[in-house]
Amino acid sequence: MALLEVDRLRVEFPTRRRALVAVDDISLTIEAGEVLGVVGESGAGKSVTGAAIIGLIEPPGRVAGGEIRFDGRRIDHLSDEEKRRIRGKEIGSVFQDPLTSLNPLFTVGQQLVETILAHSDRSADDARRHALRLLEDVGIPAAAHRIDSYPHEFSGGMRQRVVIALAVCAGPRLIIADEPTTALDVSIQAQIIALLKRLCRDQGTAIMLITHDMGVIAETADRVAVMYAGRIVEVGRVRQILRAPTHPYTTGLMDSIPRLGHDDADLAQIDGAMPRLHEIPDGCAFHSRCPHAFDLCRRRRPVLQTTGEAAAACFLFDQERSDD
Amino acid sequence: MTDSSGPLIEVRDLVKTYDVSRPWLARVLERLPVQTLKAVDGVKFTIRRGETFSLVGESGCGKSSVARLVVGLDRPTRGSVLFDGMDLAGLRRRSDIAPIRRRMQMIFQDPYASLNPRWRVEDIVAEPIDAFGLVANRSERSGKVAESLRQVGLSPEDARKFPHEFSGGQRQRISIARALAANPDFLVCDEPTSALDVSVQAQILNLMKDLQQRFGLTYLFISHDLSVVYHVSSRIGVMYLGRLCEISAAKDLFRRPQHPYTRLLLDTIPDVEMTGRERVSVPGEVPDPIDPPPGCSFHPRCPFANERCRQEDPTPVQRGRGMVACHAVEEGRLPPFKRSDLGQ
Ligand SMILES: Nc1ncnc2c1ncn2[C@@H]1O[C@H](COP(=O)(O)OP(=O)(O)OP(=O)(O)O)[C@@H](O)[C@H]1O
Ligand SMILES: Nc1ncnc2c1ncn2[C@@H]1O[C@H](COP(=O)(O)OP(=O)(O)O)[C@@H](O)[C@H]1O
Ligand code: SF4
Ligand code: SF4
Ligand SMILES: [Mg+2]
Ligand SMILES: [Mg+2]
Repeated sequence: MALLEVDRLRVEFPTRRRALVAVDDISLTIEAGEVLGVVGESGAGKSVTGAAIIGLIEPPGRVAGGEIRFDGRRIDHLSDEEKRRIRGKEIGSVFQDPLTSLNPLFTVGQQLVETILAHSDRSADDARRHALRLLEDVGIPAAAHRIDSYPHEFSGGMRQRVVIALAVCAGPRLIIADEPTTALDVSIQAQIIALLKRLCRDQGTAIMLITHDMGVIAETADRVAVMYAGRIVEVGRVRQILRAPTHPYTTGLMDSIPRLGHDDADLAQIDGAMPRLHEIPDGCAFHSRCPHAFDLCRRRRPVLQTTGEAAAACFLFDQERSDD
Repeated sequence: MTDSSGPLIEVRDLVKTYDVSRPWLARVLERLPVQTLKAVDGVKFTIRRGETFSLVGESGCGKSSVARLVVGLDRPTRGSVLFDGMDLAGLRRRSDIAPIRRRMQMIFQDPYASLNPRWRVEDIVAEPIDAFGLVANRSERSGKVAESLRQVGLSPEDARKFPHEFSGGQRQRISIARALAANPDFLVCDEPTSALDVSVQAQILNLMKDLQQRFGLTYLFISHDLSVVYHVSSRIGVMYLGRLCEISAAKDLFRRPQHPYTRLLLDTIPDVEMTGRERVSVPGEVPDPIDPPPGCSFHPRCPFANERCRQEDPTPVQRGRGMVACHAVEEGRLPPFKRSDLGQ
């Protein structure tokens, strides 16, 4: 049994005219200690998926179908109070903007100690010692001195380290990291990625790493799920997806990345744009942009078909399609 | 007057300092000194006609400040910018400045913030047409707007819409259409694709390349993304804390980087091709620009720093058409750069 099982999840945002489906029937699993990357362009549904897992979909948005199981236990229909407990203790989170996770009125030490106390039976002194060790662990220089500083006294990269310390301080088994390095400089990004990888390895923590940056996925994830218009179009071992993608969208996406040392005059480009939620077409959501689209693609929706270590939702790889 | 064989842009020893002191009263009460920040410190480069010159560097190193000085949105504290041989600061009369303003246009990072949400696309694109009086009547104006929209892959019907009806990539096309409407020679593009997804970025970069060829445009391109810069540039300048550390032809910069900071940036590029190369994690952060370190400002993070570096500023040394400012390079004590995945 996987640590996290997302089974046919559907998330809707009601509007006056009809409900917009932001996440449409997606299934994924994360094993203990595994890093699952989730990529896709802005609006593809990555953050909504992450928010659904930690029980933070903003009403009137709601989980309208499917199940989320953590360690075998269903967590999507728990009370707010129960969800909050799981959030602190079992599932940690790191967001793009470190300031959203930090309270400007308290020192980082106070915030760490409070979280540790809330989720363990350590004494206050012990909690502070633990907090200090965590700050050292995430690479805050002169941690003994900085523990009593306020968030605004840290640089962006240092703040994100503090947020990571907060996310891991209760010893969660899963961390949802939503664009954790997007707001940081490249040289700092590398530090944060190295830190996340090390923590995950040392403590056996699983990570769902949401990003639109393929580079971050390449060096961090074990497996990767590619999202498009609220659906998973391809999922598999990261090496396979990045070096030999099969789904036409993933192929187009990989080819559009500029690379050092490649001197092509033009970048490969996918024409058009990802459809907005109210205009997702029937059949394969990618069909209007797909160079391989054929009749069936406009009528039926392809489901993920496993071939070897990867699975793609595309009729080109669907052995059963002749049956319809 | 103008010399068409000379560079289109010549930037001479540009310095820009900002006053970042606390408000006057607080300063007097707390007896704090006036504080200044040198956002641009002695920057010098030229851009030839038809080429793409790029500036790269981490956040806060002064790229946008240089861009604003080059197009004249800001006045330099010292130094000068020559456009087609003319010193911008030397021009006093509006009638002398306007034609130059028209010839240089700017595209910004945030396609949401740079378009007035209450204006129709028609009026946004027509802004330079109106400002410089480029057409005689309304029908010519609509014709010119339609032409600009078509050039960037939008439709003339889009002229009637408002910015919120467009995606990020389409908004960036609108900004480019607005710039083109002025019939410019020179475009300053400040992180034009940083807010966009890679697939949309590819569309915009291809469009910019295409327009450059069609109209013989010259670009000053700004980005923190080295792979993007490699793809678009003829020559590249690497900035750190307000200074240029290295200027080089794009290919040379990546195959034979000289300055230790350039090498550091190259090492931090993620390995999308999964060749197995480890991304080097460099310790330390960019220092506070209000209080930069003495000597070479990169020395606290530089693996090759020695006593001289901690005290003495390296002077820029011309090397062919490039430049590098580093004691170790000058002293010949820098080991050759090796990277497995560039096929050297
Ligand atoms: N108007 C201003 N007043 C005070 N300081 C400023 C001003 N504009 C820029 N600075 C400072 O000058 C330095 C260079 O800023 P600039 O915006 O040019 O950096 P940049 O390289 O474009 O960074 P980014 O990649 O984040 O866009 C920074 O330290 C910045 O805080
Ligand atoms: N609170 C909300 N109300 C309505 N629509 C929303 C809300 N949050 C997200 N959406 C929509 O759901 C889709 C997926 O969003 P999101 O998961 O944030 O994308 P991303 O992949 O960029 O993280 C988008 O079309 C977005 O506009
Ligand atoms: S299902 Fe059809 S339209 Fe969709 S990606 Fe595959 S070939 Fe293209
Ligand atoms: S001058 Fe010295 S400190 Fe500066 S980059 Fe060169 S070797 Fe490093
Ligand atoms: Mg998101
Ligand atoms: Mg800038």
